[in-house]
Amino acid sequence: MFEAIAFYLFAALTIGMFTITVMTSQALYALTAMASGMIFISAFFFMLGADFLGVVQIIVYTGAVMALYAFGMMFFDTTRTLVEKQNNPRIIFVLGVMAATLIVFILVSPIISTNLEARYPIEAAVGNSQAIGLVLFTKFLVPFELAAVMLLVAMIAGIVLAGKKMDKSLTLMAEEEIALMSATQAPKDTEEEGAH
Amino acid sequence: MEITLAHYLVLSGVLFAIGLIGVMRRKNLLMLFFATEILLNATNIGFAAIAHFHNDLTGQMFAFFIIAIAASEVAVGLGLLIVWYKRTGKIDLDIMTSMRG
Repeated sequence: MFEAIAFYLFAALTIGMFTITVMTSQALYALTAMASGMIFISAFFFMLGADFLGVVQIIVYTGAVMALYAFGMMFFDTTRTLVEKQNNPRIIFVLGVMAATLIVFILVSPIISTNLEARYPIEAAVGNSQAIGLVLFTKFLVPFELAAVMLLVAMIAGIVLAGKKMDKSLTLMAEEEIALMSATQAPKDTEEEGAH
Repeated sequence: MEITLAHYLVLSGVLFAIGLIGVMRRKNLLMLFFATEILLNATNIGFAAIAHFHNDLTGQMFAFFIIAIAASEVAVGLGLLIVWYKRTGKIDLDIMTSMRG
């Protein structure tokens, strides 16, 4: 009973928040609505017994991803109203709902047709975080390492793309060139600061 | 009234539909990224629900890797977006039509 109440409450909240995210013309409303929607989604994970996943959802999405978006929005002009020019708005809704229904059908059809059996069953004696750790560091070790490498690549790419003066490679330059560059750069920087 | 797997899958489908509508509707690239996050979250709910109702941890594992992919996607995507904004001053999709087909 309580599970049903919680499910319908959080389902309504999540759908409402994500609808605001998709439909609003204010970028800040979209950001805050999506942050709250992410937290409401973690409630589903707690209801489904995936405690660790719920915690990760809160930490990673509302902690890291949303903070990154908020940080990125400082670069862009977000105060103006977003212009969404549409030639035919109705076809978008029809296409979206149809595609999602099709995807759900494709994903559900193997579950309906055959009896699936668990490869890594959830044991009641072991807590969720412990069970996740056991499976993650034995059966899924290689994907875990690959994910770590991918995150490292993404971090370096983010730094290089968003950082300043990254177009010059210091490792490919001789010592004299670096000294020359810093010597020419320094007076210009002080001039800029003085102008401000 | 019991909540079954179908409930969660329908919810996942509804959220996925909202995300798809956002992807097709938005012309601002930052808002387009928001819609892709909604898509990833919708699939995460589906994975966690199947993991729970089939008593299997594999679904939760996939959800973890999806979260990792989403985090790296945001890092690289925002970096590219900042470079594009510095170059053109706009992040609208309509001005990116550089090829005349």
